[in-house]
Amino acid sequence: MLRHLLSGDLPRSHALGAVLMIVLVALAGAPFLFPGSQSLNVAAKICVFIVLAASYDLLLGYTGIVSFAHTMFYGIGGYGIAIAMHGISATWGAMGIGIALALLASLILAVIIGLFSLRVRAIFFAMITLAVASAFAVLASQLRDITGGEDGRSYSVPMVLRPSFRLFDEPVLGVSITGRMLSYYIVFFSSLLLFLAALRIVNSPFGRVLQAIRENEFRAEALGYRVVVYRTVASVLSAAMATLAGALMALWLRYTGPDTTLSFAIMIDILLMVVIGGMGTLYGAVLGAVIFILAQNYLQLVMAKLSAATSGIPLLPQLLHPDRWLLWLGILFVLSVYFFPTGIVGRLRAGRR
Amino acid sequence: MTDLKQIDWVPLGLIIGMALLALPLVGDPAAWLTLTAAGLAMGMMIFVMSSGLTLVFGLMDVINFGHGVFISIGAYVALLVFVPLAAWGAADSLVLNLSLVGLAILVATAATGALGYAFERVVIRPVYGQHLKQILITTGGLIVAEQLIHALWGANPIPLRLPETLRGSFLIGDAAVERFRVFAIVLGLAVFAAMYIGLNRTRIGLLIRAGVENREMVEALGYDIRKIFIGVFVAGSALAGLGGVLWALYRQILVASMGMEMMVLIFIAIIIGGLGSVGGCFAGSILLALLANYTGFLMPKLAPVSNILLMLAILVWRPQGLYPVAKR
Repeated sequence: MLRHLLSGDLPRSHALGAVLMIVLVALAGAPFLFPGSQSLNVAAKICVFIVLAASYDLLLGYTGIVSFAHTMFYGIGGYGIAIAMHGISATWGAMGIGIALALLASLILAVIIGLFSLRVRAIFFAMITLAVASAFAVLASQLRDITGGEDGRSYSVPMVLRPSFRLFDEPVLGVSITGRMLSYYIVFFSSLLLFLAALRIVNSPFGRVLQAIRENEFRAEALGYRVVVYRTVASVLSAAMATLAGALMALWLRYTGPDTTLSFAIMIDILLMVVIGGMGTLYGAVLGAVIFILAQNYLQLVMAKLSAATSGIPLLPQLLHPDRWLLWLGILFVLSVYFFPTGIVGRLRAGRR
Repeated sequence: MTDLKQIDWVPLGLIIGMALLALPLVGDPAAWLTLTAAGLAMGMMIFVMSSGLTLVFGLMDVINFGHGVFISIGAYVALLVFVPLAAWGAADSLVLNLSLVGLAILVATAATGALGYAFERVVIRPVYGQHLKQILITTGGLIVAEQLIHALWGANPIPLRLPETLRGSFLIGDAAVERFRVFAIVLGLAVFAAMYIGLNRTRIGLLIRAGVENREMVEALGYDIRKIFIGVFVAGSALAGLGGVLWALYRQILVASMGMEMMVLIFIAIIIGGLGSVGGCFAGSILLALLANYTGFLMPKLAPVSNILLMLAILVWRPQGLYPVAKR
């Protein structure tokens, strides 16, 4: 049963299995285990970024292509929800239309970019996606009438998802079931479903072909697989998943703006998550996203203490300043690429032997 | 390449044609002159920043996604000259002002060149021939270096005042052309001329060009292409630093991400030009900047996508770029 759910791709390491179990339980019970809006926010972010990182790993880790346009698709999902909910109405129907149109837009863009630039080498694709994504970001902040420009759009969600909504009159397990909690569970279960779907994809015959292309493009081509077609389909699937992740995030935040969806900073975040967690295994995306989001939210507290403790020494306090948390993750990223390209998951799995 | 008849004039004609086409569309000749000068200045800056990158790629198949950080570092290192010698910049003397800028450029290029040497040794060398890792590693280097700039110079934007005699504009008829833009154009042309002569009239330039065309053959003839490559990498990094000083003087405000924000234009310029071609990079940069300026004036809504459309159009016309380099 479990094997079937995970598409035969088991953690293959006791430590990894245990960590994944803890993550699953913590996320599933987050509203009860860690009450409070900030921790719930962190949990929801982790869910969404697991999906986002997993969809990126489908490209980077499994197909071996670097795209810098992943946040564009993530943003399209967010703006799909934003424009529909703001422009039509705060109903489930509008939400459906928004998601459907966003998926369609992502699909078209991904196919165009793919067919245009995946024929040539990895470097070309990376540069072209970077250019397209940045043009898209500028466009989104310029088309004020549609997107709300730099300010973005805030909007309402359907009644049952609003914080003021109560499912029951009485609290359950000491926590009252609010619309916020229902939103969280929509995010959680959708993310879980998307993650399992991604596992299904990479462990299908199609996924095997992607890995073959990653390992040796010419050989795969010689065996009769149309490399361009496979790469394009992979980038379309990955784009669709990123779009859905963007829609989930929009639903959770009830706000969509260029900084939270389209910025290059988020692209860097995703890259860090996938590489630190481990490329070429979707569990790496899980660990990467969990570690990164936790670091983003809590590492700064630790660093503030360290910075204060080292205040007499030159330079060290600046390096340990809470705002420099990305410096340390960046160093970890570089070291990961050199010394353990399979990331944390690879380490855990190797440790078993 | 040395013979004028061998030069492909079509892309250059394209630039002139575009400028001439824009004249009736803009209507006002004064506005056109201002726009064209601004575009040329921007194009020169893009060229200075991107020429090293395209040669590095052509020679060794190495792509440096962290190239932008050398631009930022160049700008910040220049502060070490601009801040203590602020009096030179405030003086109303062309000689003092230019020697200030010259000194800043010298210090910035020396620093970024040295850093380029270290970067090549430590970061790039272990990942020769592995594109995926190159992209990841150099992006990682970019993140770390940007954060280090924040740690060393603080996270707030730093204002930079243009030296006195470079402020204001020249009046040509009704058209106002900013003095700094003229300065940037002159400097950019000087860099291009130096590179052109260096590549076409010197022995080392001959080896570089041969290496871009066919690396194995040059190696087979007994030259150590790695040494040449390191030299090119250092020169490319120094040029990025020079571009950083210009870009800082143009923006007049420094932020750590200022180099990264240029990377998109730089990549488009070298793709348009043909990866590995310096002349193509020059033509591509100017084409890109002119088009951006004209569309920004004529159709502001279209401006953000004008680069992409230009790139698409050029790649449909010449899939290998304006000046294709053999074997790519």
